[in-house]
Amino acid sequence: MLLHDTALIYGRYLRQSLRSRFALLFGVLMPLLYLLFFGPLLTGLPLGGRGSSWQLLVPGLLLQLGLFGASFAGFAIIIENGQGVVERMRVTPVSRLALLLGRVLRDATVFVFQAVLLVLAATAMGLRAPLPGVLIGFAFVALLTVALASLSYALAMRVRTPQEFGPAINALTMPSMLLSGLMLPMTLAPAWLDALSHLVPLRYLVDAVRDAYVGSYTTAHMLYGVLVAVAFAALAVTVGTRVFRTAGA
Amino acid sequence: MTAVISAAGLARTFQTKRGPVEAVRGIDLRVRPGEILGFLGPNGAGKTTTLRMLTTLLRPTGGAATVAGHDLAGDPAAVRRVIGHVAQSGGVDGQITVREELVTQGRLYRLPKDRARERARELAHDLDLTELLDRRTAQLSGGQRRRLDIAMALTHRPVVLFLDEPTTGLDPASRADLWDLIRRLRDRHGTTVFLTTHYLDEADALADRLVIVDRGVVAAEGTPGALKLQYGGSLDASLQDTFLAITGRGPSPADAAPVAV
Repeated sequence: MLLHDTALIYGRYLRQSLRSRFALLFGVLMPLLYLLFFGPLLTGLPLGGRGSSWQLLVPGLLLQLGLFGASFAGFAIIIENGQGVVERMRVTPVSRLALLLGRVLRDATVFVFQAVLLVLAATAMGLRAPLPGVLIGFAFVALLTVALASLSYALAMRVRTPQEFGPAINALTMPSMLLSGLMLPMTLAPAWLDALSHLVPLRYLVDAVRDAYVGSYTTAHMLYGVLVAVAFAALAVTVGTRVFRTAGA
Repeated sequence: MTAVISAAGLARTFQTKRGPVEAVRGIDLRVRPGEILGFLGPNGAGKTTTLRMLTTLLRPTGGAATVAGHDLAGDPAAVRRVIGHVAQSGGVDGQITVREELVTQGRLYRLPKDRARERARELAHDLDLTELLDRRTAQLSGGQRRRLDIAMALTHRPVVLFLDEPTTGLDPASRADLWDLIRRLRDRHGTTVFLTTHYLDEADALADRLVIVDRGVVAAEGTPGALKLQYGGSLDASLQDTFLAITGRGPSPADAAPVAV
């Protein structure tokens, strides 16, 4: 039943995404602008990593795409709550977990699709990275979006108004972006900043994807990245499920 | 005769920053199968909260209830399979077509794909929506929207249909149509209808029996005639006066401070 219901909810929201193709492409715009207007600034700088500056920047932009995209996923459910759609579904026997998972998997699909577009654009700009590494990068984007979208929906079910939701999300995403070394590697940072950034889960994902992009798949960074990503996703889905089970109650 | 809905001491207290708020303090009620029950009360009396508890959307903090033989707290999933609910806000996505919403609703009730499509056509036929199947729901008129909301709630032929202020915002003709529809449902399928309303003429015309709630408890119940006789003074009393007599929200008493002119 869970599978049936999840597929049903996934289909409903994937069709919703496909109806607004503009929004589907618009999501890539911000990271694309970074790629076009920020990326070229890095090509000649000593960034300390292996490989080209693109192999450093693109992993960061992929996770930035996931971070900003998925964190705001909850907005959609605030609108649906206003229309009564969520309650209408909650009166049916549909699995509560499916109401969350169907949406979250749709989000993962959308963001991986956008990530593919971004990597294609980056390749045109000069990115050269091994295919397995690129695929690993997509897997991290998927895990990150599952985790963040779950938390975002859970928060949106609680706060109920966009006026509370927007600032709350901004307050979380901006520090996460700056402290995880998304734009420039934290190896450039002074010791205190580097230490601080290790408190941000996203940092471990960024390091792992950067390793993947230079073809290093069996590093400590990769191990920590996988562990943190999987644990974060599991925790987030658990929190999300709990909220969806008891929402309104 | 056994009751299709029975509640004893059903209560809900909300924890807020300013302390607990007792939205529903203890509702006792029995609804017979095939009855159209009008659930009335002033704003804030606890009508919607009670409805949300009976439809499994909100967990009661006290008391117990059974709906169509299923325990509300113990087996909410079983309750969901036998009830339909139309919320005040409806509950369809404006960008989706009538057909897709109806088919998805069927699938949410675990109908196989073909059966869900067939059921969507049947419902559209029964509720006069056939011509509108391929319209997006945002393009429907208020009356058409309401018929769609009800069609959605009837997908699985529920034993009990809960309607929360179903005719609010409808024009007189659409209201009359909806009343006919509700009566037809009961007469043809024996569906029990539990409806909240602010319109006393609606309650008078439609309901077999009224339950009037005030401040989170049942203040009075009976047929519209019996209530008029008991609280309004005669059978000719208006339901408006009866309602005000029961809830004590009549004109302010004579000794109230005079209004400055």
